[in-house]
Amino acid sequence: MRRLIVKRMLQTIPMLIAISIVSFLLIKLAPGDPVQAYITPEMGPTDIERIRENLGLNDPIHIQYIRWLKNVLKGDLGYSLVNHRPVLIQIKERLPATIGLMSTSLIFSMIVGIIVGLLSAANQNKLFDRIVTLISYLGISIPSFWFAMMLIFLLSLKLKLLPSIGMRTIGVHSTWDLIKHAIMPTLVLSIQNIAVIARYIRSSTISQLKEDYVIVQLAAGASRNEILYKYVLKNAILPVITILGMSLPSLVSGAFITESIFGWPGMGQLGVTAIFSYDYPLIMAITMFSSLILILGNLLSDVLYSVVDPRIKELN
Amino acid sequence: MKDSLLEVKDLEVTFFNRNGKVRAVRGINFDVKKGEILGIVGESGSGKTVTNLSIMGLLKGTGKVTKGQIIYKGENLLNKSEKEMLKIRGNDIAMIFQDPMTSLNPVFTVGNQITDVIMRHQKLSRKEAKKKTIEMLKMVGIPSAEERYNNYPHEFSGGMRQRAIIAMALSCKPDLLIADEPTTALDVTIQAQILELLKELKEKLNTSIILITHDLGVVANICSRVVVMYGGMIMEEGSVEDIFYTPLHPYTKGLLQSLPKTGGKMKERLIPIKGNPPNLANEIKGCPFADRCPYTMDICREKQPKYYYDGENHRGMCWLLDKSINGKGENHEE
Amino acid sequence: MNSKLLSNVTEQLKENSLGKISIFVIVILTFASVLAFLSPYDPNKIDVMNRLAAPSKQHPFGTDEMGRDYFTRALYGGRVSLTVGFLSMIISTTIGTIVGTISGYFGGKVDSFIMRFVDILMSIPTFFLILILNAYLKPGVQNIIIIIGLFSWMSIARIVRGETISIKEREYVQYSQVIGEKSSVIIKKHIIPNIFPTVIVAATLNIASAILMESSLSFLGLGVRQPNSSWGSMLKYAQGYMEEAPYLAFFPGILILMTVLSFNVLGDIFRLAFEPKANDD
Repeated sequence: MRRLIVKRMLQTIPMLIAISIVSFLLIKLAPGDPVQAYITPEMGPTDIERIRENLGLNDPIHIQYIRWLKNVLKGDLGYSLVNHRPVLIQIKERLPATIGLMSTSLIFSMIVGIIVGLLSAANQNKLFDRIVTLISYLGISIPSFWFAMMLIFLLSLKLKLLPSIGMRTIGVHSTWDLIKHAIMPTLVLSIQNIAVIARYIRSSTISQLKEDYVIVQLAAGASRNEILYKYVLKNAILPVITILGMSLPSLVSGAFITESIFGWPGMGQLGVTAIFSYDYPLIMAITMFSSLILILGNLLSDVLYSVVDPRIKELN
Repeated sequence: MKDSLLEVKDLEVTFFNRNGKVRAVRGINFDVKKGEILGIVGESGSGKTVTNLSIMGLLKGTGKVTKGQIIYKGENLLNKSEKEMLKIRGNDIAMIFQDPMTSLNPVFTVGNQITDVIMRHQKLSRKEAKKKTIEMLKMVGIPSAEERYNNYPHEFSGGMRQRAIIAMALSCKPDLLIADEPTTALDVTIQAQILELLKELKEKLNTSIILITHDLGVVANICSRVVVMYGGMIMEEGSVEDIFYTPLHPYTKGLLQSLPKTGGKMKERLIPIKGNPPNLANEIKGCPFADRCPYTMDICREKQPKYYYDGENHRGMCWLLDKSINGKGENHEE
Repeated sequence: MNSKLLSNVTEQLKENSLGKISIFVIVILTFASVLAFLSPYDPNKIDVMNRLAAPSKQHPFGTDEMGRDYFTRALYGGRVSLTVGFLSMIISTTIGTIVGTISGYFGGKVDSFIMRFVDILMSIPTFFLILILNAYLKPGVQNIIIIIGLFSWMSIARIVRGETISIKEREYVQYSQVIGEKSSVIIKKHIIPNIFPTVIVAATLNIASAILMESSLSFLGLGVRQPNSSWGSMLKYAQGYMEEAPYLAFFPGILILMTVLSFNVLGDIFRLAFEPKANDD
């Protein structure tokens, strides 16, 4: 099993390199000119050229890339072209909010998705199941930003229950305040994954219920509930770990939208702002970091799966 | 039938589909005596598995017992609540299935699955149950049972798995074991071992066994009595000797002719039974075998035959046995 | 074969009322957005006297902040959203099918190279990439279609690849290989017709995700921009009037939801119709 983990880790290295090249090139080839950010009306062409030279924007592109990569490996991600603060520091500031939101949402959607999917399968084709099926269709089809708007309209504007923006009320440092701010973003970020997981658990439970071991257990005197919640559950739940890896991309892209709408001070919101201000170093760093989250998440779910599933353990 | 452990009386099982109903079992009677191995033989679709699932109260989907009684130790199982049946299944009546590769849950250890069954029915601590599990594993011939306890099913070979499943089924010393094609999915050499094991365990634990199979060869090996089913009905019932040496029903004869004989001449041809089993969704007026029978008469398609007895315990359901119809019983006079 | 697939679909639809509604919704919305010019209102005509009017008989969806008839605008917006969804589906399905077939059919190094490439693309948050590209390319419906299309073919390629590999193992394909038929002929004659159902399913679901993607981009202001409007961009502007005119936010959202939902349901119906094994799930 250690070999499997090492192998999987080695696989991620070319991916990381490729991602850094791809994102670097994409941003480098973009038409917006970052020098614009430094130009004031009084500056002449020589001033502009000097700034361009200083920023290293005149070097050949592979030199720029290698310089950037070296710096990245040293932990120096450069400075924001807009506010001139170190990129790494900005990301460090933002990362906890994003990771916090993502992991809360992941745990929340796993719990709800599994329970709902299981109950739905246990009551296949009954009213509960039909309602769940319909709701999960809605869950995968609803535009998350619109869901957010509707929640804000209902819970913030009309009922005035929850704050619609930010992570904390200024001056207030209570956990309850944080929770209140986090409820809507978590819901919005989770809705799609809940639907996906519930659908997945439902169909895998239904197919597990047709397995021979179920009738064997029934014949050995197990009750339907025992079979469902003990024997079938474990079989149906294992692949969810893989689903977890699969749902990461939607989680990451969801974070960009959700954080922007709710003014959640995370990396996603930073990324969208960076795009609007043509802030290359920041965009590159965020591309790298969000890819990193994806790759590590996938790695983690693969490794976890091989630890949990006895059949894979055996193969290695 | 004083010494009967189980009596099935006039059992009918019907499946209700969108398109109508399928009468899978059409009124059958048989009994299982204490300590015997009863073979139920038939092709797939003959109703043999459905019959046994009804005994367990495990009919799936739209299937329902529409008539009859299943008397186990003097009580009708069909009147029992699901809660009472939970106590009977696995404890009084156990069942093993065809495919040992899929019969065990892949993500629990073999030992755990057996221990669970023991703890479900007996007031034992986990430790005692585990001890008993290991005992059982030893009894069914699994070497180094203590280590094997913690193995997952995929670490067992097919034959080992079937042994483990037998251990699980017998772990609570049931009075009746229903074995549904227990050897079909196994290699021939392992088949013989498993049959031998079943025979041995029957002696040791005094368990009655219903052995469901499509293979008369398996029956010859270990059964004392045989029920031959076709189209949801019992075509013939008798001792193994009756069935093999003096079969009454053309279907039984057909089955025997399609069986390779170990001692027979090499040139002897196997004669398959032509045609396919009847579609049970259709109403069958006469004998279900009429369409495939080489001796079909007009009456066979119109009226269902009665049972004709050759001795007290050997009966067949065929018009050919009725002297008043054509004056000649095929092979046997009553 | 196609008539059989079709009859399977109608069979599925018979039992699935959600499916019937979905087809109805798709047909109605498509017709309505095509025939949007029949509306008595000009979608761009500003009428300051009549701004933010609540829904009424004259204006079933009300009017927006510039007094434009919101219903008419929604129809034109639907035209953009559906066009983006459909055309970017064509792009991504074409790429995905070609790449997947090549990868699956030729196997070996070609396959592992392509699949590594797909892996890499899939481990970049494509949504962020699309955001970046949209920000730096000339805004316009055309670019959005191309960008969404170029970044959503990977999962189709994976599915098609798997399907191709399994079809490649079948006897008649192996026979064709043995008698020396050209790969291009085999792919055309045997592979493509057999992966067709899979592709249809993936394509249908792809429309749904493309429409969602477009609406998110436009909502963030990085998609369809003035003077064009789509349901997503309408919602961007509606955001500023949540208190005075919440219906501005309501209608386009419902339309997106209904459309995406319908394509998702339809995709599932195709899936069930094309693979009998999954029938009773």
